[in-house]
Amino acid sequence: MEFTIDFTKEQIESIEEILQKELIDLGVQSVILMDLAGNVIVNLDSGESDHDVFSLAALAAGNYGAVSAMANIIGEQEFSLLFHKGEEESIHFSKVVDDLLLLTIFNKNVSLGFLRLKVGEAIKRIQSLI
Amino acid sequence: MALINPKKREVQVKIVYYGPGRGGKTTNLEYINRKFKKRILNEMVTVKTYGDRTLFFDFLPFDIGEIKGHSIKIQLYTVPGQVKYNATRRLVLRGVDGIVFVADSMDLRREMNIRSLQNLKENLEAFNKNMSNIPLVMQYNKRDLADEGIPILSVETLEKDLNNQLKSPYFSASAIRGDNVAATMKKIIALTVSSLRKKLE
Repeated sequence: MEFTIDFTKEQIESIEEILQKELIDLGVQSVILMDLAGNVIVNLDSGESDHDVFSLAALAAGNYGAVSAMANIIGEQEFSLLFHKGEEESIHFSKVVDDLLLLTIFNKNVSLGFLRLKVGEAIKRIQSLI
Repeated sequence: MALINPKKREVQVKIVYYGPGRGGKTTNLEYINRKFKKRILNEMVTVKTYGDRTLFFDFLPFDIGEIKGHSIKIQLYTVPGQVKYNATRRLVLRGVDGIVFVADSMDLRREMNIRSLQNLKENLEAFNKNMSNIPLVMQYNKRDLADEGIPILSVETLEKDLNNQLKSPYFSASAIRGDNVAATMKKIIALTVSSLRKKLE
């Protein structure tokens, strides 16, 4: 099945506000809300990074699909949360609804536990909007 | 389906190059990347195996300007052609807006082309899409091999094998030389974008 969500301008603005308050203001460098086709829906950053978000989203969609296939092999429906740790920067993926992923890029100044908490809160608020 | 962002007035269009393994899909994107370097802001992304074959996909994004007040971002993808990577091909096809089918003109690859097209049809059906409704351009690649004395299929044979029912626009091409690579791309962009026009009004 393929899911596609059409967003209104107001929905996008509300989502941006949530992501700004819950994540960027906390010290997260970059957040991308994307669909599983690899499209970027919302993209915010703290102004410190200059990542190629379109390539990131394309790869993230592929990565998420590959990991979901791994989950199926071991009898799981999916892994709804993924985390890649780097020396300076790390990437956290979390599923929002069936077709949407939230990708967060953050550095050592943000603790993973706190980030997960805030991502969870942001996702709950976004889910109520769509 | 293309993603329309009403706030940024931006449309993201996904075009997938499909076809049998070693048919020239990646070569098409590499040529476009070189030829239109000035208009392409980001590096081409490729995920390859050690044998230099496409493992996951190649990805090349670029902007083509504005249509009806929306800026259009084209995203070109290839799929891995080898039969065993079907799960990956299906992943890449998710949300596709337009397809270029790159067929290999080599005599020996006739069966591979037919099988790959059938595989495309089945994979689209998994997303409830019908191959005859989606913008599609046929590219008969590797026409240059004839100059080296390698037996190739005639365009008529390729048309009969692959495009008899679809009746899609087609191009004879040589991706390695760049012949008709840009023409193929322009055609699929034109078809895909015109199918989106109604949505943008």
